[in-house]
Amino acid sequence: MTMSIKKGTASHGLLRTVEQMADVDLSVCFQCKKCDSGCPVSHLTASPPSEVVRRLHLGAGNELLESDLVWMCVSCETCFARCPMGIDIPSAIDALRVLAVKQQTPTPEGDMPLFNRAFLKTVKIFGRTYDLGMITAHKIGTKSYLKDAEKFPVMLKKKKIALLPPRGADRKTARRIFDSVKRKKENQK
Amino acid sequence: MKYAYYPGCASDSTARDQHTSCLAVARSLGIDLAEIEGWICCGTTPAHQTDRLLAACLPAANLVRAKKMGLDMVVTCAACYSTLKMANYEVLRHPKFREQVSEVLGQNYDGSVRVRHFVEVLLEDVELDRIRKAFKRSLNGLKVACYYGCLLVRPPEVNQFDNPENPVSLDRLVTAMGGESLDWPHKVECCGGALSLTRTDVVVKLSDAVLTMARAAGADCVAVACPMCQINLDLRQSDIKKETGKDHNLPIIYITQLLGLCFGISAEELGLEKLMVSPESVVKRLTSVEEMFE
Repeated sequence: MTMSIKKGTASHGLLRTVEQMADVDLSVCFQCKKCDSGCPVSHLTASPPSEVVRRLHLGAGNELLESDLVWMCVSCETCFARCPMGIDIPSAIDALRVLAVKQQTPTPEGDMPLFNRAFLKTVKIFGRTYDLGMITAHKIGTKSYLKDAEKFPVMLKKKKIALLPPRGADRKTARRIFDSVKRKKENQK
Repeated sequence: MKYAYYPGCASDSTARDQHTSCLAVARSLGIDLAEIEGWICCGTTPAHQTDRLLAACLPAANLVRAKKMGLDMVVTCAACYSTLKMANYEVLRHPKFREQVSEVLGQNYDGSVRVRHFVEVLLEDVELDRIRKAFKRSLNGLKVACYYGCLLVRPPEVNQFDNPENPVSLDRLVTAMGGESLDWPHKVECCGGALSLTRTDVVVKLSDAVLTMARAAGADCVAVACPMCQINLDLRQSDIKKETGKDHNLPIIYITQLLGLCFGISAEELGLEKLMVSPESVVKRLTSVEEMFE
């Protein structure tokens, strides 16, 4: 496998930031590639997990945030479970996702960032997920109106999708958590 | 036997059947599941992909409520299970992080509430002997591929559920029900999980791999304990057929639905009609326990 790396210096790279955000020590990785072997999407991505870690070692900068693994990773935790050095790679990928959103990198296929925003928005409002609201927001944002359209009538009939928003959650607590976390983040800046 | 029950958001939508079948099975065994009042979403994947503190505070808010009830928390959704356990793990590991979580919640949380999957309660607290005595019907040699997916067993140092590479909890229940639990290699492979709506193409590929292996192992059905696994493996069979031409036609049934059937609980209460691939072949196979010994 050939991999191309933009030359940079560690001080400008993402390595330390990612390590700090994810509370991981990536330096112990010795490229055994056990993570790639177990990764269910490594055969579908351009950059399997070991390569993302190696690119970080070599001083990769923001260009790494556009790597397709960042949003294709299924957070299945297999790499973490099998890493002989116990590296929490999924947390490192989560850190890359947070950075990718911050840096406004190009929208990935399927727009997972939008899905996450829509999901969390319903939790903030209703205290629990509201599938119909979240799916509608994602469909409008990605203009994928016809996708899975044939499944909706049967899912509604089987009550696998609720028409009305969820009730019974302590909505105040949910909202307070979202607001408080946001305030904390702003204070850190 | 009383627990603080956390149903999780899917209990009101895609996994209503898991919720009702779990409650029905619990009732049959005299397990008291007291729903946590006002519980909120655990945040699951979208939260941990967005903000680490948020990802700990949403589950912790529910753990605080369970602590006030003075009970172990019981969950049925594998994603909730992993998220709640991760919150405990993070709070216990980092005193500073615990401070931050407590500040957001407006009250101290020490990470002490024990989070358990309903399957763990069945095997550890109720025990197989007592469950066996409650069976009215048998699976009659039904070949079941037990599928654990990701978040029941991983990350192992957080979840500590069974053996992370070759778990047998569901298999033990299936065997007790008179089914044949299959030895197959995809027990803990990923179905595509949270990509269901965003990268359906990936989910179709991964779910197809799991189902193809289950069929190759000779499965009559797949038993699951996670709403994400269930919906992906069940709902996406029509997409797999469109993409690959393979018609798996495998019922994907919750372990609590199988147990409920063996306890003689009605198909309606177990929500069997909610499954996309009809479980009729499974239901037809059942025999009464007396018949088994004739």
